Amino acid sequence: MESNATIFRNGFRDGIPIGLGYFAVAFSLGIAAHGYGFGPLQGFIASILTYASAGQYIGFSLYAANAALIQLIILTVITNARYILMGVTLNQRMPAGTSLARRLAVGTTITDEIFGITIARPGIPSPYYGFGAWTAAVPMWAAGTSIGIITGTALPAQIVSALSVAIFGMFIAVIIPPARKDRMIGVAVAVSFAFSYAASHLPRVSGMSSGNRTILLTLLISAAFALIAPRTDQDNNEQ
Amino acid sequence: MSNNLYVYIYILIMAFTTWCMRVIPSLVMKRPIENRFIQSFLYYVPYVTLAVMTFPAIIEATQSPAAGVAAFIAGIIAAWMGIRLLGVAAICCITVFILELFL
Repeated sequence: MESNATIFRNGFRDGIPIGLGYFAVAFSLGIAAHGYGFGPLQGFIASILTYASAGQYIGFSLYAANAALIQLIILTVITNARYILMGVTLNQRMPAGTSLARRLAVGTTITDEIFGITIARPGIPSPYYGFGAWTAAVPMWAAGTSIGIITGTALPAQIVSALSVAIFGMFIAVIIPPARKDRMIGVAVAVSFAFSYAASHLPRVSGMSSGNRTILLTLLISAAFALIAPRTDQDNNEQ
Repeated sequence: MSNNLYVYIYILIMAFTTWCMRVIPSLVMKRPIENRFIQSFLYYVPYVTLAVMTFPAIIEATQSPAAGVAAFIAGIIAAWMGIRLLGVAAICCITVFILELFL
Protein backbone atom coordinates (compact mmCIF):
# COMPACT_ATOMS: atom_id res chain seq x y z
CA MET A 1 0.00 0.00 0.00
CA GLU A 2 1.47 3.35 -1.01
CA SER A 3 1.56 6.04 1.67
CA ASN A 4 -0.37 9.25 1.06
CA ALA A 5 2.94 11.15 0.95
CA THR A 6 4.20 8.88 -1.84
CA ILE A 7 0.96 9.29 -3.77
CA PHE A 8 1.24 13.08 -3.38
CA ARG A 9 4.84 12.99 -4.65
CA ASN A 10 3.82 10.86 -7.65
CA GLY A 11 1.06 13.36 -8.42
CA PHE A 12 3.52 16.22 -8.12
CA ARG A 13 5.98 14.52 -10.49
CA ASP A 14 3.27 13.81 -13.08
CA GLY A 15 2.02 17.37 -12.67
CA ILE A 16 5.32 18.91 -13.83
CA PRO A 17 4.83 18.38 -17.60
CA ILE A 18 1.26 19.59 -17.15
CA GLY A 19 2.61 22.71 -15.48
CA LEU A 20 5.04 23.36 -18.37
CA GLY A 21 2.20 23.13 -20.85
CA TYR A 22 0.01 25.29 -18.61
CA PHE A 23 2.72 27.93 -18.41
CA ALA A 24 2.86 28.25 -22.19
CA VAL A 25 -0.93 28.33 -22.61
CA ALA A 26 -1.44 30.67 -19.63
CA PHE A 27 1.16 32.99 -21.08
CA SER A 28 -1.02 33.54 -24.15
CA LEU A 29 -4.09 33.80 -21.91
CA GLY A 30 -2.21 36.53 -20.00
CA ILE A 31 -1.55 38.47 -23.18
CA ALA A 32 -5.29 38.36 -23.91
CA ALA A 33 -6.16 39.26 -20.29
CA HIS A 34 -3.90 42.31 -20.51
CA GLY A 35 -5.91 43.42 -23.53
CA TYR A 36 -9.12 42.95 -21.53
CA GLY A 37 -7.84 45.23 -18.77
CA PHE A 38 -6.64 42.77 -16.12
CA GLY A 39 -3.59 43.50 -13.97
CA PRO A 40 -0.95 40.87 -13.05
CA LEU A 41 -2.28 40.32 -9.51
CA GLN A 42 -5.87 40.02 -10.77
CA GLY A 43 -4.75 37.55 -13.42
CA PHE A 44 -2.82 35.50 -10.86
CA ILE A 45 -5.77 35.32 -8.46
CA ALA A 46 -8.24 34.52 -11.26
CA SER A 47 -6.02 31.67 -12.50
CA ILE A 48 -5.13 30.13 -9.13
CA LEU A 49 -8.80 30.07 -8.11
CA THR A 50 -10.43 29.17 -11.43
CA TYR A 51 -7.80 27.05 -13.26
CA ALA A 52 -9.99 26.54 -16.33
CA SER A 53 -8.53 27.51 -19.68
CA ALA A 54 -11.37 28.17 -22.11
CA GLY A 55 -13.74 29.15 -19.29
CA GLN A 56 -11.32 31.79 -18.05
CA TYR A 57 -10.69 33.19 -21.48
CA ILE A 58 -14.41 33.67 -21.97
CA GLY A 59 -14.73 35.11 -18.46
CA PHE A 60 -12.05 37.71 -19.17
CA SER A 61 -13.60 38.70 -22.48
CA LEU A 62 -17.06 39.04 -20.87
CA TYR A 63 -15.60 41.36 -18.23
CA ALA A 64 -14.19 43.58 -20.96
CA ALA A 65 -17.58 43.57 -22.68
CA ASN A 66 -19.30 44.71 -19.44
CA ALA A 67 -21.44 41.57 -19.44
CA ALA A 68 -23.93 41.02 -16.63
CA LEU A 69 -22.96 38.61 -13.85
CA ILE A 70 -25.72 36.22 -14.88
CA GLN A 71 -24.19 36.01 -18.36
CA LEU A 72 -20.84 35.23 -16.78
CA ILE A 73 -22.42 32.43 -14.73
CA ILE A 74 -24.32 30.92 -17.68
CA LEU A 75 -21.30 30.91 -20.00
CA THR A 76 -19.05 29.56 -17.27
CA VAL A 77 -21.49 26.69 -16.77
CA ILE A 78 -21.60 25.95 -20.51
CA THR A 79 -17.86 26.11 -21.16
CA ASN A 80 -17.09 23.98 -18.11
CA ALA A 81 -19.90 21.44 -18.51
CA ARG A 82 -17.32 18.78 -19.30
CA TYR A 83 -16.13 18.92 -15.69
CA ILE A 84 -19.47 17.40 -14.67
CA LEU A 85 -18.78 14.46 -16.96
CA MET A 86 -15.30 14.09 -15.48
CA GLY A 87 -16.70 14.33 -11.95
CA VAL A 88 -19.20 11.56 -12.71
CA THR A 89 -16.42 9.38 -14.14
CA LEU A 90 -14.23 9.86 -11.05
CA ASN A 91 -17.11 9.27 -8.61
CA GLN A 92 -18.04 6.13 -10.53
CA ARG A 93 -14.71 4.70 -9.35
CA MET A 94 -15.49 5.41 -5.70
CA PRO A 95 -17.44 2.74 -3.80
CA ALA A 96 -20.58 3.42 -1.76
CA GLY A 97 -19.56 4.71 1.65
CA THR A 98 -16.71 6.90 0.32
CA SER A 99 -16.69 10.03 2.48
CA LEU A 100 -18.09 13.25 1.07
CA ALA A 101 -14.79 14.95 1.97
CA ARG A 102 -12.87 12.55 -0.27
CA ARG A 103 -15.38 12.95 -3.11
CA LEU A 104 -15.21 16.76 -2.84
CA ALA A 105 -11.40 16.73 -2.68
CA VAL A 106 -11.10 14.60 -5.82
CA GLY A 107 -13.64 16.82 -7.61
CA THR A 108 -11.87 20.02 -6.60
CA THR A 109 -8.62 19.15 -8.41
CA ILE A 110 -10.36 18.47 -11.74
CA THR A 111 -8.86 20.08 -14.80
CA ASP A 112 -8.83 18.38 -18.21
CA GLU A 113 -5.27 17.25 -17.64
CA ILE A 114 -5.34 16.35 -13.95
CA PHE A 115 -8.52 14.38 -14.56
CA GLY A 116 -6.74 12.54 -17.38
CA ILE A 117 -3.83 11.38 -15.25
CA THR A 118 -5.99 10.72 -12.17
CA ILE A 119 -8.39 8.42 -14.01
CA ALA A 120 -5.49 6.64 -15.71
CA ARG A 121 -4.26 5.37 -12.33
CA PRO A 122 -5.74 2.03 -11.29
CA GLY A 123 -7.93 1.75 -8.21
CA ILE A 124 -9.97 4.27 -6.25
CA PRO A 125 -9.00 7.87 -7.20
CA SER A 126 -6.83 9.40 -4.47
CA PRO A 127 -7.23 13.07 -3.54
CA TYR A 128 -3.51 13.08 -2.62
CA TYR A 129 -2.57 12.31 -6.22
CA GLY A 130 -4.82 15.09 -7.53
CA PHE A 131 -3.50 17.62 -5.02
CA GLY A 132 0.08 16.63 -5.84
CA ALA A 133 -0.55 17.30 -9.53
CA TRP A 134 -2.49 20.48 -8.70
CA THR A 135 0.41 21.78 -6.56
CA ALA A 136 2.87 21.28 -9.42
CA ALA A 137 0.67 22.51 -12.25
CA VAL A 138 -1.76 25.23 -11.16
CA PRO A 139 0.80 27.70 -9.72
CA MET A 140 2.52 27.49 -13.14
CA TRP A 141 -0.83 28.30 -14.73
CA ALA A 142 -1.25 31.33 -12.46
CA ALA A 143 2.37 32.45 -12.92
CA GLY A 144 2.08 32.10 -16.70
CA THR A 145 -1.05 34.26 -16.72
CA SER A 146 0.62 36.93 -14.61
CA ILE A 147 3.84 36.97 -16.62
CA GLY A 148 1.84 37.08 -19.85
CA ILE A 149 0.00 40.15 -18.55
CA ILE A 150 3.28 41.87 -17.54
CA THR A 151 5.55 41.06 -20.45
CA GLY A 152 3.17 40.76 -23.36
CA THR A 153 5.06 39.08 -26.15
CA ALA A 154 8.56 39.22 -24.62
CA LEU A 155 9.11 35.45 -24.36
CA PRO A 156 10.64 34.14 -27.63
CA ALA A 157 7.96 32.60 -29.85
CA GLN A 158 10.14 29.52 -30.32
CA ILE A 159 10.16 28.76 -26.60
CA VAL A 160 6.39 29.25 -26.32
CA SER A 161 5.88 27.01 -29.35
CA ALA A 162 8.02 24.21 -27.90
CA LEU A 163 6.46 24.42 -24.41
CA SER A 164 2.94 24.42 -25.78
CA VAL A 165 3.19 20.78 -26.91
CA ALA A 166 4.24 19.51 -23.44
CA ILE A 167 0.62 19.19 -22.47
CA PHE A 168 -0.24 17.14 -25.56
CA GLY A 169 2.79 14.91 -25.03
CA MET A 170 1.36 14.20 -21.62
CA PHE A 171 -2.07 13.36 -22.99
CA ILE A 172 -0.43 10.95 -25.45
CA ALA A 173 1.50 9.32 -22.60
CA VAL A 174 -1.81 8.83 -20.76
CA ILE A 175 -3.84 7.31 -23.63
CA ILE A 176 -1.30 5.18 -25.51
CA PRO A 177 -0.41 2.52 -22.89
CA PRO A 178 -4.10 1.53 -22.28
CA ALA A 179 -4.71 1.70 -26.04
CA ARG A 180 -1.93 -0.81 -26.48
CA LYS A 181 -3.39 -3.11 -23.83
CA ASP A 182 -7.11 -2.94 -24.80
CA ARG A 183 -7.69 -2.94 -28.55
CA MET A 184 -11.10 -1.27 -28.30
CA ILE A 185 -9.54 1.69 -26.50
CA GLY A 186 -6.98 1.83 -29.29
CA VAL A 187 -9.73 1.93 -31.91
CA ALA A 188 -11.66 4.55 -29.91
CA VAL A 189 -8.53 6.71 -29.69
CA ALA A 190 -7.86 6.45 -33.44
CA VAL A 191 -11.50 7.27 -34.22
CA SER A 192 -11.32 10.23 -31.83
CA PHE A 193 -8.23 11.64 -33.57
CA ALA A 194 -9.92 11.30 -36.97
CA PHE A 195 -13.30 12.74 -35.96
CA SER A 196 -11.71 15.56 -34.01
CA TYR A 197 -9.67 16.50 -37.07
CA ALA A 198 -12.76 16.32 -39.29
CA ALA A 199 -14.85 18.33 -36.82
CA SER A 200 -12.31 21.14 -36.76
CA HIS A 201 -12.83 21.53 -40.52
CA LEU A 202 -16.59 20.89 -40.87
CA PRO A 203 -18.57 24.06 -41.58
CA ARG A 204 -20.96 24.16 -38.59
CA VAL A 205 -19.05 22.21 -35.97
CA SER A 206 -15.78 24.09 -36.46
CA GLY A 207 -17.56 27.29 -35.39
CA MET A 208 -18.22 25.87 -31.92
CA SER A 209 -15.79 26.64 -29.11
CA SER A 210 -13.18 23.92 -28.72
CA GLY A 211 -14.56 23.11 -25.25
CA ASN A 212 -18.04 22.44 -26.62
CA ARG A 213 -16.66 20.48 -29.55
CA THR A 214 -14.76 18.32 -27.09
CA ILE A 215 -17.94 17.57 -25.10
CA LEU A 216 -19.99 16.81 -28.21
CA LEU A 217 -17.39 14.45 -29.68
CA THR A 218 -16.75 12.78 -26.32
CA LEU A 219 -20.45 12.09 -25.80
CA LEU A 220 -21.00 10.76 -29.34
CA ILE A 221 -17.88 8.61 -29.65
CA SER A 222 -18.04 7.18 -26.10
CA ALA A 223 -21.74 6.36 -26.50
CA ALA A 224 -21.06 4.67 -29.84
CA PHE A 225 -18.33 2.51 -28.33
CA ALA A 226 -20.47 1.72 -25.29
CA LEU A 227 -23.05 0.31 -27.73
CA ILE A 228 -20.61 -1.46 -30.07
CA ALA A 229 -18.21 -2.81 -27.45
CA PRO A 230 -19.93 -2.79 -24.04
CA ARG A 231 -17.96 -3.77 -20.96
CA THR A 232 -18.76 -7.14 -19.43
CA ASP A 233 -18.80 -7.79 -15.69
CA GLN A 234 -15.60 -9.77 -16.17
CA ASP A 235 -13.88 -6.74 -17.77
CA ASN A 236 -15.00 -4.54 -14.91
CA ASN A 237 -13.62 -6.92 -12.31
CA GLU A 238 -10.24 -7.04 -14.03
CA GLN A 239 -10.03 -3.24 -14.12
CA MET B 1 -18.68 50.34 -6.16
CA SER B 2 -15.06 50.88 -7.16
CA ASN B 3 -13.96 49.26 -10.37
CA ASN B 4 -11.17 47.39 -8.62
CA LEU B 5 -13.52 45.77 -6.11
CA TYR B 6 -15.86 44.79 -8.92
CA VAL B 7 -13.05 42.95 -10.74
CA TYR B 8 -12.44 40.79 -7.66
CA ILE B 9 -16.13 40.05 -7.17
CA TYR B 10 -16.27 39.10 -10.83
CA ILE B 11 -13.25 36.80 -10.46
CA LEU B 12 -14.70 35.15 -7.35
CA ILE B 13 -18.00 34.44 -9.09
CA MET B 14 -16.17 32.95 -12.08
CA ALA B 15 -14.03 30.76 -9.77
CA PHE B 16 -16.94 29.64 -7.60
CA THR B 17 -19.15 28.74 -10.58
CA THR B 18 -16.29 26.73 -12.09
CA TRP B 19 -15.68 24.93 -8.79
CA CYS B 20 -19.39 24.02 -8.57
CA MET B 21 -19.14 22.28 -11.95
CA ARG B 22 -16.26 20.19 -10.61
CA VAL B 23 -18.00 19.04 -7.43
CA ILE B 24 -21.67 18.66 -8.41
CA PRO B 25 -21.23 14.93 -9.16
CA SER B 26 -19.39 14.49 -5.82
CA LEU B 27 -22.37 16.00 -4.01
CA VAL B 28 -24.96 13.95 -5.89
CA MET B 29 -23.40 10.50 -6.35
CA LYS B 30 -23.40 8.21 -3.33
CA ARG B 31 -22.42 4.98 -5.10
CA PRO B 32 -21.30 3.87 -8.59
CA ILE B 33 -23.96 3.65 -11.29
CA GLU B 34 -24.80 -0.03 -12.03
CA ASN B 35 -26.18 0.42 -15.55
CA ARG B 36 -24.10 -1.50 -18.12
CA PHE B 37 -24.34 1.20 -20.81
CA ILE B 38 -23.34 3.99 -18.42
CA GLN B 39 -20.43 1.90 -17.13
CA SER B 40 -19.20 1.19 -20.66
CA PHE B 41 -19.71 4.82 -21.67
CA LEU B 42 -17.70 6.12 -18.72
CA TYR B 43 -14.98 3.57 -19.41
CA TYR B 44 -14.29 5.16 -22.81
CA VAL B 45 -14.80 8.81 -21.79
CA PRO B 46 -11.31 9.66 -20.48
CA TYR B 47 -9.46 8.25 -23.49
CA VAL B 48 -11.83 9.76 -26.02
CA THR B 49 -11.71 13.20 -24.33
CA LEU B 50 -7.94 13.30 -24.21
CA ALA B 51 -7.61 12.05 -27.79
CA VAL B 52 -10.08 14.69 -29.02
CA MET B 53 -8.20 17.41 -27.13
CA THR B 54 -4.81 16.29 -28.47
CA PHE B 55 -5.45 16.17 -32.17
CA PRO B 56 -5.51 18.40 -34.20
CA ALA B 57 -4.79 20.89 -31.34
CA ILE B 58 -1.14 19.79 -31.21
CA ILE B 59 -0.55 20.90 -34.81
CA GLU B 60 -2.32 24.21 -34.18
CA ALA B 61 -0.25 24.98 -31.06
CA THR B 62 3.12 25.16 -32.83
CA GLN B 63 4.37 27.88 -35.15
CA SER B 64 4.88 25.32 -37.90
CA PRO B 65 2.19 22.61 -38.29
CA ALA B 66 4.84 20.13 -39.54
CA ALA B 67 6.68 20.41 -36.22
CA GLY B 68 3.38 19.66 -34.44
CA VAL B 69 2.81 16.56 -36.59
CA ALA B 70 6.36 15.38 -35.83
CA ALA B 71 5.82 15.92 -32.09
CA PHE B 72 2.55 13.98 -32.30
CA ILE B 73 4.20 11.00 -33.98
CA ALA B 74 7.29 11.12 -31.75
CA GLY B 75 5.04 11.21 -28.67
CA ILE B 76 3.03 8.18 -29.79
CA ILE B 77 6.18 6.16 -30.50
CA ALA B 78 7.74 7.15 -27.16
CA ALA B 79 4.58 6.29 -25.20
CA TRP B 80 4.22 3.00 -27.12
CA MET B 81 7.75 2.11 -26.03
CA GLY B 82 6.73 2.62 -22.42
CA ILE B 83 8.34 6.00 -21.67
CA ARG B 84 6.49 7.85 -18.88
CA LEU B 85 4.66 11.19 -18.79
CA LEU B 86 7.54 13.60 -18.19
CA GLY B 87 9.74 11.82 -20.75
CA VAL B 88 7.10 11.83 -23.49
CA ALA B 89 6.32 15.51 -22.84
CA ALA B 90 10.03 16.37 -23.04
CA ILE B 91 10.46 14.44 -26.31
CA CYS B 92 7.55 16.35 -27.86
CA CYS B 93 8.97 19.74 -26.75
CA ILE B 94 12.49 18.95 -27.99
CA THR B 95 11.15 17.70 -31.34
CA VAL B 96 9.33 20.98 -31.90
CA PHE B 97 12.23 23.11 -30.70
CA ILE B 98 14.77 21.41 -32.98
CA LEU B 99 12.53 21.24 -36.05
CA GLU B 100 11.52 24.89 -35.77
CA LEU B 101 15.19 25.88 -35.91
CA PHE B 102 15.11 24.67 -39.53
CA LEU B 103 11.48 25.06 -40.67
